[in-house]
Amino acid sequence: MSEAELKTLETAFEQKIQDDVRIEPKDWMPEKYRKTHIRQISQHAHSEIVGMLPEGNWITRAPSLRRKVALLAKVQDEAGHGLYLYSACETLGISRDELLEQLHKGTAKYSSIFNYPTLTWADIGAIGWLVDGAAIINQVPLMNTSYGPYARAMVRVCKEESFHQRQGFEIMMKLAKGTSEQKEMAQDALNRWWWPSIMMFGPTDAESIHTAQSMKWKLKRKTNDELRQQFIDQTVPQADLIGLSVPDADLKWNEERQSYDFGPIDWDEFWQVVKGHGPCNKQRINTRVAAYENGKWVRDGAMAHAAKKEVRKAV
Amino acid sequence: MDNSWPIWEVFIRSKNGLEHRHCGSIHAADEKMALENARDVYTRRMEGVSIWVVESKYITASNPENNGELFEPAQDKVYRHPTFYNLPDEVKHM
Repeated sequence: MSEAELKTLETAFEQKIQDDVRIEPKDWMPEKYRKTHIRQISQHAHSEIVGMLPEGNWITRAPSLRRKVALLAKVQDEAGHGLYLYSACETLGISRDELLEQLHKGTAKYSSIFNYPTLTWADIGAIGWLVDGAAIINQVPLMNTSYGPYARAMVRVCKEESFHQRQGFEIMMKLAKGTSEQKEMAQDALNRWWWPSIMMFGPTDAESIHTAQSMKWKLKRKTNDELRQQFIDQTVPQADLIGLSVPDADLKWNEERQSYDFGPIDWDEFWQVVKGHGPCNKQRINTRVAAYENGKWVRDGAMAHAAKKEVRKAV
Repeated sequence: MDNSWPIWEVFIRSKNGLEHRHCGSIHAADEKMALENARDVYTRRMEGVSIWVVESKYITASNPENNGELFEPAQDKVYRHPTFYNLPDEVKHM
């Protein structure tokens, strides 16, 4: 392809994005668009799959049958979300095996929040309320992103996500109204999950290297800082309502901005966890790799069975 | 050896009277597992009353590069639409 031809294709492509025409799998797209989308969608899929681990930790120890069926359904949803997203990502010409290999080798990332441990039952409440709450704020704008299969997957994900947040908030609310030990447990979970949750929106706008390009392609419709502020503004009153306090001494309502001012974020911690030094990074990846390797004989067996049936059908 | 499960496209009829609609894909070793996986992944909330699965390699798709010759000819055939025809005002329903 000549340079001029490429330029024409690129111009037509940018025009489509500007006109809100969705890009579909077989359409021409710049290589950088494809790569960026593989990176983001796979990272998103991996986050859903790894995200099952901290919560799965509490399924067998849920305090009642009601809590247990809800948590089980939520974890199943995360598996489903991972699968919708892998399927969307594969339309960009990368195989499921390649995607899993990237996760297992650490060349693809997943959300750092899942590298924190779930120490008590209240952590299940805090995850649903805060982590899923932050995820929803990140995900809702993606229902209108430019890549068709990603946008459609996000519509399904968002529809299913709101029960996750409610079940988490309900757990926190109940604990906060319980005995003093229960309330303390809820407060402790909030203390530990608050900062990692607000870090989920990523580096500040000034530090974010992908923001400009991602805004142009509608992979992002609001900046990290805007989304973070939105999360804080909506979550602080919820904490007040159930009598828990957000662990930030600088948190203060700003009448002029009609928003909360908040204290400095410990970005060193964020980058430590991103780089693999969080409390559970190794454990999470080891668990995923073991699941993949221990499942190999099942996958092989199923293929052997399918091949045998094909032969029988043929004769 | 690459022994990964093939990809299947999934189509769901959300209720009787509506057509099956494409909703995504799954991996499965054979058609029985494809149906089971499609059920688990795409109908956890009563989204369907019927599922079709077909291995993706059996789908033939048009190429967007040919969209001009495929779809543009329809654009200048306005006479295929009722609004192309003039009727006197007295004719109310036609």
